[in-house]
Amino acid sequence: MTFLLSRLPRAIFTIFIILVINFFLFRLMPGANSDRNLVNSPRFSAETKAQLRKTFGLDKPLGTQFLVYLANTARGRLGISFAQKRPVSDIIREKVGPTLLLVGTAEALAIVLGMSLGALAAWRRGTWWDIGAVGFSLTMYSVPTFWLGILMVSMFCVGLRAFPTFGMVVPGEVHASSWLYAMDVIHHMFLPVVTLTLVLLGGYLLIMKESLTGVLAEDYITTARAKGLTDSVILSRHALPNAMLPMVTLIALNLGFLMGGAIEIETVFSWPGLGRLMFESLQSRDFPVLQGIFLIITIMVVLANLLADWLYLVLDPRVKA
Amino acid sequence: MIDVQHATVTGPLELPRRRLAEFWQAYRKNRRGVWGLGALLFLIAAALLSLFLPASFTHTGAVADILQPPNWRHWLGTDELGRDVLALVATGARTSLLIGITASLISVIVGTVIGVSAGYYGGWIDEILMRITDIFLVLPWLVLMLTLAALLGPSLFNIIVVIGLTGWTGTARIVRSQTLSIKERPFVERSVALGAGDLYIIWHHILPNVFSLIFANTVLVIAVTILSETSLSFLGMGDPLRVSWGSMLYHAFDSGAAALGAHWYLLPPGICVVVAVMAFTFVGQALDEVLNPRVKRS
Amino acid sequence: MTAPLLEVRDLKVYFESERGRAQIVDGVSFSVEQGQALGLAGESGCGKTTTALAVMRLLGQGGQIAGGQILFNGEDVVQFDAERLRRFRWREVAIVFQGALNALNPVQRISNQIMEPMMWHEGLSAREAGLRAQELFELVGIERKRLTQYPHEFSGGMRQRAMIAMALACRPKLLIGDEPTTALDVMVQAQILDKLNQLRRELNLAMILITHDLALLRETCDRVAIMYAGKIAEYGRSDAVFANPQHPYTVKLLGASPDIHGDPEEARRVLTSTIPGHPPDLLDPPPGCRFHPRCELAFAPCHVTEPALITRGPDHVASCHLLENDTHG
Repeated sequence: MTFLLSRLPRAIFTIFIILVINFFLFRLMPGANSDRNLVNSPRFSAETKAQLRKTFGLDKPLGTQFLVYLANTARGRLGISFAQKRPVSDIIREKVGPTLLLVGTAEALAIVLGMSLGALAAWRRGTWWDIGAVGFSLTMYSVPTFWLGILMVSMFCVGLRAFPTFGMVVPGEVHASSWLYAMDVIHHMFLPVVTLTLVLLGGYLLIMKESLTGVLAEDYITTARAKGLTDSVILSRHALPNAMLPMVTLIALNLGFLMGGAIEIETVFSWPGLGRLMFESLQSRDFPVLQGIFLIITIMVVLANLLADWLYLVLDPRVKA
Repeated sequence: MIDVQHATVTGPLELPRRRLAEFWQAYRKNRRGVWGLGALLFLIAAALLSLFLPASFTHTGAVADILQPPNWRHWLGTDELGRDVLALVATGARTSLLIGITASLISVIVGTVIGVSAGYYGGWIDEILMRITDIFLVLPWLVLMLTLAALLGPSLFNIIVVIGLTGWTGTARIVRSQTLSIKERPFVERSVALGAGDLYIIWHHILPNVFSLIFANTVLVIAVTILSETSLSFLGMGDPLRVSWGSMLYHAFDSGAAALGAHWYLLPPGICVVVAVMAFTFVGQALDEVLNPRVKRS
Repeated sequence: MTAPLLEVRDLKVYFESERGRAQIVDGVSFSVEQGQALGLAGESGCGKTTTALAVMRLLGQGGQIAGGQILFNGEDVVQFDAERLRRFRWREVAIVFQGALNALNPVQRISNQIMEPMMWHEGLSAREAGLRAQELFELVGIERKRLTQYPHEFSGGMRQRAMIAMALACRPKLLIGDEPTTALDVMVQAQILDKLNQLRRELNLAMILITHDLALLRETCDRVAIMYAGKIAEYGRSDAVFANPQHPYTVKLLGASPDIHGDPEEARRVLTSTIPGHPPDLLDPPPGCRFHPRCELAFAPCHVTEPALITRGPDHVASCHLLENDTHG
């Protein structure tokens, strides 16, 4: 509780700044203007355009515009998509789920695998595990996420025909049960998740290895051994809780990268999420949608950061709330 | 902790030949750094050579030549317009390296200015600058870059500016901590006592001691920038008039090269990116080791 | 004469590295009786901490036991298998490290850390262990309510006392203290010393205290072993050693120190600074007596053969060639 009280103001402030940046970017940048970015699509009728101008207060002075913008955003009125002629908020709402499924699963897998393999590499320093792990991480750091995805598609979808190349489910298919639906999704999800996990894995592995190596050299580990505890108890009760702390920091820092990875992966695998939506909107210069995505993704990252901060607080008693 | 004891106090541009030889002796010991340097020189050579390629190499070819696998005329095959892939890769090296280096310079300069100001002046200037840095760290960089590129229009200049203005946070942080520790050192106090102005101290004392740190850091930033540019180009926000490794992959993907199994088109640009990023990373790490020795823990 | 609780015979600990083999502990022998305190003293790097860690087989990456016996109640600890070793640790011998912050797990409450060995070895329930932890805190003089706090909330002296409480959790027969008073200020040191003495009397606890603090040696330890470069230079009852030091190294150490009732800070500083030269490289120790390069009294045999331990009194030995033909000190 006290945590929320102390961290919330900063988070709210950050979100406010993001709203300001969003406003500035799409309405005030040189070369961009509110009309072009929100209203002026050749596919909109004259009445629609007039209506939009009124909703967004485009004929009012800047200060009032900003307030109108804040009010609209709070109500979820993010504009009308040029390409689909539907409210942006509806479109975004449809796409959030698949993205969360993709990044959530990949991040969870990357954390678990990264921690285990990193711990293994630290426990067996200097052996092939260690060297291989470091080499792997370095390579993954240098590989562009989307390229790895393309290679996966090429090898497994085209070459081995083991996985479908696009979408979340087979298009047009009606599933006999939710179980079959889930299976279909997993089948489609497998490669994108594996790709994203591989890319994230390297960083977590390295951090865990460094951190655990440092922890194992501390005096309290010697004390734990002196107490006659077994290796697995020492690892789980004494070493890991301390070694995990830098992981949490890295997870928080990685969140921005995670969303970037999502955009690339969803594009390559045609996964129907926010990332692919962003790619399509970029191609078609659908500014209202771009503005909406920018806002939503950024706010999601800020909230996730808040969560990570809280997690760190829970894990490390030395940090004051 | 960074060991400032061995940093130079003289101006940043003095490098007598003896020091260069000493530097090379130390650098040579880092095998990865040497490999990285070799790879870099190779890429730079390829990029420069591409300037001399006859224009016909990157012109659209005959229909019969589309997406040909490697053969004697085209060592890496052709793309969906019949162009020679090897020539494209070399030309791409030029663009990717150019953007990589220029954008990184911008990032590093911005980062240094912010870092030095925050560290040197302290107080509320530090607070504000660090708040800004924190916010920038939280923003998802690719989303931000793509949005800016879409709004400003994807030209070479815009891309360089966009990448440059989003990548300064790491440099700012390191420079700030280094500035903080230099500020406390006796020779700075002496200067202040003698009445030296802020800018004088910054230029003559702080910057030279931060230089070696920034130098290594810049190389590492280049590695990240190349990845950024590749992603931007792949997602369609690269300069449409220029060939880069990312744009090659964009076109490859777009024309269904994956489905057609055109590995000669898909692999080379990606491999070049991986090699370039690894090379810059190795060189950057080696430079850091040589220029910024740390006290070893026993 | 009862058999000693702990008897170390000719212990050797070597550390292998690419540069060669370092003979960190090279043929060390001593014993400790129940209820007795033995002080292990010497400059840093002399092997005293390594010897103590070896008794509990806690060397890890720091080296390996290459020879000798460690007899605890007649059983050789060196030969223990993993299972026996686990039961031996903490229940029969426990160790207290220097009270720096990282000797205790920073993310675990003190109560959990004290209760852990009790629940592990004796199968106590959380409630039972909790009660015993409270008793232990009372024993060392810390308020019970602090049990639920974390290490960083304790002062240095309190942490040291908490570690002593933790060490006594399974009622060991032998307590090893590795520099228990270094890094503490003078007042607190005195308190800790008193506490240790008190515990020793009340619990008939045997102790090995590693230190370079002469005041501590003289006040708390019945017997003392002075180590130099991995070997024992002098060993015996502390009043005998202090009153009549035999080894040139000991003479220097004690001779240079002022009255122990004076400033203990001073006493401590003496051990590390007044003897010119520095300890030898254990990868390639000097031939003969390891102290001879720094010894003013060195003569022919010192460069060639290692001196044996020569008896100088009923419980007093020293290893020096000067003593070989000399019947009185």
